[in-house]
Amino acid sequence: MKPRPFDYVRADSVAEVLELLARHGEGARILAGGQSLMAMMNLRLVQPEVLIDISRIAELGEIRIVGDMLEVGATVTQARLEAWPKLEEVAPFIARAIPWVGHFQTRNRGTVCGSIAHADPSSELPLSLALLEGEVVLRSCRGERCLKAPEFQTGMLTTAREADEMITAVRFPIGVGRKGAAFREVARRHGDFAIVGIGAVVAGDGNIRLGVGGVSDRPRTITLPRADESDLQDRIERFAWELGGYDDIHASARYRRDILRRLAPRVIQEALQCNG
Amino acid sequence: MQRVGQNERVPVTITLNGRQVTALATSRTLLSDFLRQAVGATGTHVGCEHGVCGCCTVMIDGVAGRSCLALAVQVDGCRIDTVEGLAGEGGALNALQRAFQANHALQCGFCTPGILMSFTDLLARNPSPTEQEVREVLGGHICRCTGYAGIVAAVLQAAAEMRGEAA
Ligand code: FES
Ligand code: FES
Repeated sequence: MKPRPFDYVRADSVAEVLELLARHGEGARILAGGQSLMAMMNLRLVQPEVLIDISRIAELGEIRIVGDMLEVGATVTQARLEAWPKLEEVAPFIARAIPWVGHFQTRNRGTVCGSIAHADPSSELPLSLALLEGEVVLRSCRGERCLKAPEFQTGMLTTAREADEMITAVRFPIGVGRKGAAFREVARRHGDFAIVGIGAVVAGDGNIRLGVGGVSDRPRTITLPRADESDLQDRIERFAWELGGYDDIHASARYRRDILRRLAPRVIQEALQCNG
Repeated sequence: MQRVGQNERVPVTITLNGRQVTALATSRTLLSDFLRQAVGATGTHVGCEHGVCGCCTVMIDGVAGRSCLALAVQVDGCRIDTVEGLAGEGGALNALQRAFQANHALQCGFCTPGILMSFTDLLARNPSPTEQEVREVLGGHICRCTGYAGIVAAVLQAAAEMRGEAA
């Protein structure tokens, strides 16, 4: 299908975007890579009055290191981050997870921030943000604020972004996962929406952080003490029960829990094995 | 700031396969429709219009992307490469197209233009892809005729030929 009519505005600066958002609020949507938004507009699931194209705003296109965080600007595509030469060293977990985001063709245009803004419960980048305890930088005419992953994503396709705010960047702590990182997912076809995605990193203290997408309304994490490897499986089972899961046309809640119970131990093993 | 109101029709200029073309578009005209209906370049096909099937794939400023998920007004001034630009003088097929023919990598050909553009991008970035890499890129396309074995074989053969190795 085709999108409903809308006014298109190509902004040249963040200040312009903020002013437009302040004026149009809920009626406005931000277009960066368009790989989630345009699909939803074509299906008329989203019908903005004003579409604000930020893709040519140069100041939003940077990948940089700010203190102990890796900062990824709002127009940086998934493909650019994937090809960034320092990714493996700076954010090894993201280096594992990002090849699973969509397809080659959609990563070429889809942005890192856009995927996080879209907040699909099973997608890889929101899961990465939650697992690594990253943060989202939001700006509006009222000022700037920074939200931690669990404060930002509040439910299925739902975030704490206010109508007049835009995401200018997301930040991931540097180095998490250097002691071991792994990611796997189950999907109908590589690049399709994941049914369940599972990531694990070995934390500085040797404990394991596990992150799960697609079993709850948002990515969920748990820290598993490494010492008692004996009851690891029990802890994972309990975690799966707590999350519950949801039914949709792709999979039942029970199947989702089942994937988690079976795949998580393997992902954890993999993370521990690359512990160098 | 550039604004295109919902009832406006504005000229959009792209460099299509090396030639500048200008045609009219509304704010909601998809790049796929712009190519096919405004410019008349019907080599690019349209299947699902929500990013899943891949047959609308073109190269936008040198990288493969879905033309059904881009707006014409968004790519004003950009370089767009489509299947029409692949063949050389007098319609002589290029190495990738010849390999598709030789390996029975198409039947009805509906999905083929998009697949060719994805692999044009891949082979430009990575002249020696593994079979796994080829399959991953092909994962972004749906073909309902051939099965995928012939397509994988064709891409690997074209890559070898383009590297100057005997096929
Ligand atoms: S028509 Fe664009 S991906 Fe199907
Ligand atoms: S050749 Fe017919 S759909 Fe691929």
